Amino acid sequence: MDPLLIETAKSVIASSAPLVFAGIGEMITERAGVVNLSLDGSILLSAMAAFAIAFLSGSLLLGFLGGMFVGMLIALLVAYGSIALKQDQVAIGFVLTLLCADLSSFIGKPFVRKPGPSVPHWPIPGLVEIPVVGHILFDQDLLVYASYLVILVAWVWLFYTQAGLRLRSVGERPEAAFARGVSVNRVRYLYTAIGGALVGLAGGAYSLSVKLGWSHRHTAGIGWIALAIVIFGGWHPFRVALGAYLFGVLKSVGSLLQPGFPNIPTQVFQAAPFALMLLALLLVSGDREGMVQRVPRLLRPVVQALFLAKPPAGLGKRFEQG
Amino acid sequence: MTWRARLVRLGIALAPIGLTLVMTMLILLLAGADPFEAYGNILSGAFENPKKIADIAVAMVPLLLCSAGMLVTFAAGLWNIGVEGQMIAGALMTTWLVESLTAPAGVILPLSVVAGLVGGALWGLLTGLIRTYGRVNEIFAGLGLNFVASALTNYLIFGPWRPPDGATMSGTDPFPPSAWMPLIGQTRASLVSILLSIIALVGVWLVLRGTYWGLKLRAIGRNSRAAQRLGISTHRNMLLAFIVCGALAGLAGSLQTTAVYRRLIPQISGGYGYLSQLVVLLSGLRAEWVPLVVFFFSAVQVGSPRLELRMQLDSSLGGILQAGIVLFFLLVRGFRERWHAPEKMEEGDGPIAY
Repeated sequence: MDPLLIETAKSVIASSAPLVFAGIGEMITERAGVVNLSLDGSILLSAMAAFAIAFLSGSLLLGFLGGMFVGMLIALLVAYGSIALKQDQVAIGFVLTLLCADLSSFIGKPFVRKPGPSVPHWPIPGLVEIPVVGHILFDQDLLVYASYLVILVAWVWLFYTQAGLRLRSVGERPEAAFARGVSVNRVRYLYTAIGGALVGLAGGAYSLSVKLGWSHRHTAGIGWIALAIVIFGGWHPFRVALGAYLFGVLKSVGSLLQPGFPNIPTQVFQAAPFALMLLALLLVSGDREGMVQRVPRLLRPVVQALFLAKPPAGLGKRFEQG
Repeated sequence: MTWRARLVRLGIALAPIGLTLVMTMLILLLAGADPFEAYGNILSGAFENPKKIADIAVAMVPLLLCSAGMLVTFAAGLWNIGVEGQMIAGALMTTWLVESLTAPAGVILPLSVVAGLVGGALWGLLTGLIRTYGRVNEIFAGLGLNFVASALTNYLIFGPWRPPDGATMSGTDPFPPSAWMPLIGQTRASLVSILLSIIALVGVWLVLRGTYWGLKLRAIGRNSRAAQRLGISTHRNMLLAFIVCGALAGLAGSLQTTAVYRRLIPQISGGYGYLSQLVVLLSGLRAEWVPLVVFFFSAVQVGSPRLELRMQLDSSLGGILQAGIVLFFLLVRGFRERWHAPEKMEEGDGPIAY
């Protein structure tokens, strides 16, 4: 195989790891029925926090924990504001998006363009020897391996455990779950917190590995992409991960193409992912059943698996307990 | 109402401001800065001379226009996050007009206003079509189009509308003087802009309050399915709401080019679209409160760059103040409703009259 292609695949896998964390995190939250719209701000603030903590303490682990803690706090604020205080989820999420972005700029100012610690490269002995695949998948760092694990655990948890069944029921039919003795809002808090921690991990993954360091609006825009990927991914871990990797591929195609079009300013290439995001959403949100009917019978299962998706029925709806 | 009850009410109204001040104070102390010096700098940066007050008026114009537009889409229960892109579309349409038409000011200035309205309306319509017929949530439709609009701006500045001596991030060449909105005295404020923004807000207030269309929009916002059962075309009215909101935002963008920058710059929308969402939230979706909130936001906007000049702090503290107050407003409102459960009546009008 072409070595350039292998290297590109390897870098796509590595650079998509944060999006996998954020996408899966938000997917878990939404599966429980809560929309945490604050992702774009959460990722910025947790990236800043993770970098600042790792920079000051010299400990990567503390940095990541700090980032996850920040992401979790923001998510819990969304949950508390919407569940206990009955305010609009989208409003709180949006306000937090702007607030956290500005907080990251203000507090992060002393850390701009400082050289800081980074996650060390760590090939998995043995597995890395596998031809082609070994180099692409297992010649990475611990963070990337963690992203594989998150996808798998989320999948098993959602579809093959009791707890996952409860989680889905709370997002799908909260009344029924409540009637069966599930404490709906407690489950929602729990998974909003876990999802938020994963979003925070995504922030740390940027500032400590994928996009090293900290700068003004370091990861701006990526949170919105993550939110779109959850929809594109139809709230399924594998498809969400697929969305994250597809986005990585598109980005690297963009940067490979860019030198060929020197007249087009770089900003156009930077905005292209968002236009594609919109197209992708149109594709999965439009008249999907009609689309399935129109493709050849043989391809229908594939199209169905890729494009048919329904949001959890209780998504964004308040549940009054008792 | 007893004095005590009034005091409690005042306390509740002021609590978000107090909490925001406490939060920013902690952040400033964390950054090793004197909070009172920072607040003082923002205040003096905003109010120290008449020119600064005129600058506040300049910042108020796009916020008033965008907020007026968002009141319409919010009434229909739509979260039009695409205001930013609709502003840009208005600015682009206006720039296109100015670049392609040479005419005296008496012709070109009214036309530029129309171009802004049309450009924004079309972009709003596009957002609405993606929402209604494409079934993509309007948040993503609007947001995606924001990025597309800003990429389009960059393309035009670096492509077709490039100045003869090379494109830069400072934008196109200045417009010819015939396309400059007249300004008041030596200030940067334009009377036309101010009047237009006031007309827009009052107009929206009247339409939402006193017309059948306003009633229909609110019916859709409350319960779109019920509204449809009553024979209100939800799609058509949602599209109309997007068009009206887009037109007002487009006008804001147009005035940024003709009255403020007198050229097209890459960041022509300047974040006012996002900021106006905060304005409308803090106004509790009520037009009456918009002017006061806009004034406060604009003063912070004008005052906070001084933090960078005088104290080497990031001017994003202004954004923290603005967003913080909205967050605490929402949280305090939630607490109030929680404690006074019996008072928890839905504000505004009852359900649709049969």
